[in-house]
Amino acid sequence: MAIEKKPRSKMPEQDPKERARNFKEVAFGYTPAMAQEEASRCMHCKNAPCMQGCPVSVNIPDFLAATASGEFEKAGDIIGKTSSLPAICGRVCPQENQCEKMCLRARVDGAVAIGNVERFVGDYMLAHGGKPQKTARTGKRVAVIGSGPAGLTCAAELSNHGVDVTVFEAFHKAGGVLVYGIPEFRLPKSLVQAEIDKLCGGGVEIKLNTVAGKTLPIEEIAKDYDAVFIGSGAGLPMFMNIPGENLNGVYSANEYLTRVNLMKAYLPNSPTPVQLGKKVTVIGAGNVAMDAARTALRMGAESVKIIYRRGREEMPARAEEIHHAEQEGIEFCLLTNPVSFCGESGWVKSMRCVKMELGEPDKSGRRSPKPVAGSEFDIETDMVIVSLGTRPNPLIKNSFAALQTSEKGTIVVNEETMQTNVDGIYAGGDAVTGAATVILAMGAGRKASKAILEKLGMQS
Amino acid sequence: MNKIIKKTRLAENVTEYVVSAPDVARHAHPGQFIILRVDEDGERVPFTICDYDAIAGTVTILVQEVGYSTIKLSQIPEGGFIADFVGPLGNPTDLSEFKNILLIGGGIGAAVIYPQAKALRAKGMPSDVIVGARTASLLMYEKEFKAAAENLYLITDDGTSGVKGFVTDELKRLAAVNNYDCVFAVGPMPMMRAVCALTAELNIKTVVSMNSIMVDGTGMCGGCRLTCGGKTKYACVDGPEFDGHLIDWDEAINRSKVYREQEKEHRCRLTGEVK
Ligand SMILES: Cc1cc2nc3c(=O)[nH]c(=O)nc-3n(C[C@H](O)[C@H](O)[C@H](O)COP(=O)(O)OP(=O)(O)OC[C@H]3O[C@@H](n4cnc5c(N)ncnc54)[C@H](O)[C@@H]3O)c2cc1C
Ligand SMILES: Cc1cc2nc3c(=O)[nH]c(=O)nc-3n(C[C@H](O)[C@H](O)[C@H](O)COP(=O)(O)OP(=O)(O)OC[C@H]3O[C@@H](n4cnc5c(N)ncnc54)[C@H](O)[C@@H]3O)c2cc1C
Ligand code: SF4
Ligand code: FES
Repeated sequence: MAIEKKPRSKMPEQDPKERARNFKEVAFGYTPAMAQEEASRCMHCKNAPCMQGCPVSVNIPDFLAATASGEFEKAGDIIGKTSSLPAICGRVCPQENQCEKMCLRARVDGAVAIGNVERFVGDYMLAHGGKPQKTARTGKRVAVIGSGPAGLTCAAELSNHGVDVTVFEAFHKAGGVLVYGIPEFRLPKSLVQAEIDKLCGGGVEIKLNTVAGKTLPIEEIAKDYDAVFIGSGAGLPMFMNIPGENLNGVYSANEYLTRVNLMKAYLPNSPTPVQLGKKVTVIGAGNVAMDAARTALRMGAESVKIIYRRGREEMPARAEEIHHAEQEGIEFCLLTNPVSFCGESGWVKSMRCVKMELGEPDKSGRRSPKPVAGSEFDIETDMVIVSLGTRPNPLIKNSFAALQTSEKGTIVVNEETMQTNVDGIYAGGDAVTGAATVILAMGAGRKASKAILEKLGMQS
Repeated sequence: MNKIIKKTRLAENVTEYVVSAPDVARHAHPGQFIILRVDEDGERVPFTICDYDAIAGTVTILVQEVGYSTIKLSQIPEGGFIADFVGPLGNPTDLSEFKNILLIGGGIGAAVIYPQAKALRAKGMPSDVIVGARTASLLMYEKEFKAAAENLYLITDDGTSGVKGFVTDELKRLAAVNNYDCVFAVGPMPMMRAVCALTAELNIKTVVSMNSIMVDGTGMCGGCRLTCGGKTKYACVDGPEFDGHLIDWDEAINRSKVYREQEKEHRCRLTGEVK
């Protein structure tokens, strides 16, 4: 079948120069006409390879068809069958490695912009879609620990089946990484709040300021509820353990982003302070590193450098974030690894780095970087943001010895049911996988909700 | 939202708050702390749990007004509400291996050692207590300490109450005539450091409570990190109590000054508004 060439509809965005100094959302989103136009690019391939690329198998061709014909609410309902947070996933999913990677149109004139259309539909549903109807209550009660995408999705699914759910959240705000990590310019907090309000329309109560394992022992929670789902994420930051890392001006990305996003240090009169670095360096090249770098730029830094020990190809961040970061003027120092930090009067002043080269591919196929002898050099910096990934917080494990965890601190579950080694206690999301993605966390929350419903003797 | 059940002025710039927080009260132990936010946009600030009543569902904290958040807190009347109140965080104090303990509280550090004094009295092994302050008007809980301690020694920098001098002077004097196997010292970092320097010489095991700058208090940001025995530790989840002889004090004191400039500015803004 010959198809007429029609390139991908571009996403309208703020000008890079302008947006690099404000916290407003980078992308404006499609208009209805643009969404219809882009959705109509779908070729409706026989096996829908895109769906295999989606971790939760959203029925992509169907929702695109509905969008193309202007039936946006129908499109929303189709997505809603397998995904609970389309406005969020449309913005933050690494589509280029998932659905859009598999899209057959990629070979013709560019993959269908599935994420952009999904975002449009998600936004449309937030503005126009009805609230979930209240189902008859069953008297069953389930506790959910953590209010990130995993916990919220599990809670919403259970509630939709008439289960009363209490979500315990350690922070003073619900949303997990969506509120304390991912910055406003990429994921507006009002939108996260709207998704939460909608999700929790029915029988979900969120109890903030409650640290499971401290405020309430897990054993006590397990006794009070018919089942427990742990979606506590992977919030423990990793450091490099190199000299000078505890100098003032060296932050973990978690701390930096939490201060700026959750504690609103980006507002001029915020009671929570954050250091204003002029020459900022960010170590790492994942989504978290890109967010930290672009945040530092918006906080008024003169220059921001990404320091990464591997090459461009290996950078784990979403392609769009790397592209946006480059547009905004972030510099990339690739094949470069810090070895120590140097300070003056207790404040970081420079970073000693060594050049790296890529060796032979290792067992996993990744080419592992090796330092080049004698290649040390210094980079001047007054603020360093360490963004080397996170692990699950040992707090839950430490307070609940019965729970089986891996060497890396992740909670061990039966992958079919998401049940832990303790009967009636389930887990999912980053707490189980280690730092991963929103869509996987959401999928895990759904999967667990199904197993919990079964366990409670209910149809899912 | 947590209600302030009772509010009492204890000393110049020090206020005692009895706050309704049933879940915290039920699970609290001496040595743990809470984090609160005064209002919707407030900073997360940590305070030691000074007392708790599981039956009444209340937690008592002692707060010294030193900057923006603590002054803001002091403006909430009795019966008013604190936006957020989370705890108990950190590990309970464990002094069970010691027989003859000397407690030292400098300034607001008295809030941390008071529950210990009480707990030791309850265990039938009341301890000696040194309470130090800059001047008489800053001393607090004198009556309570008298009831809990074996002997109470009051010290002020200017001699306006008790003995004139520093807590380390009194420590030196007492250690010469007593056989302490542990000193538990809490106060401003320079005071804890001075105590540790002295007890290292005297070879007395010393436990300190580190008041590092915190955000989450659950091990998620690393802002509270310090070096203890050459290893990086988080004050909020590995502490707040540590072996004082193993702490890198230069680093800890340096890190406590990270936001000094911003704090000054915040304070000016507030006192400007209040005036
Ligand atoms: C800066 C940043 C950018 C990212 N960008 C992307 C992106 O672009 N695309 C993408 O797909 N993914 C991205 N991710 C990853 C994604 O956000 C996570 O994979 C996802 O949020 C995991 O969801 P979760 O529900 O498992 O955990 P979380 O979102 O981490 O939520 C866990 C929640 O549990 C709470 N909690 C923890 N312990 C306790 C306890 N003991 N008691 C009560 N509550 C507790 C935490 O406070 C938190 O609110 C990013 C992550 C970060 C940090
Ligand atoms: C575990 C722990 C227990 C504590 N217990 C008590 C207590 O029982 N009573 C009491 O009065 N104080 C206690 N503190 C100190 C108290 O948290 C600070 O005085 C308070 O945060 C100051 O806030 P501010 O906005 O009023 O002052 P700011 O103007 O912000 O700062 C004034 C001083 O407080 C320190 N400080 C500021 N922010 C923080 C923060 N987030 N965490 C820790 N220190 C900070 C600063 O280093 C500075 O020296 C404790 C601190 C910790 C870490
Ligand atoms: S959820 Fe993510 S992977 Fe699935 S269709 Fe949407 S954008 Fe693609
Ligand atoms: S306060 Fe964040 S890790 Fe201790």
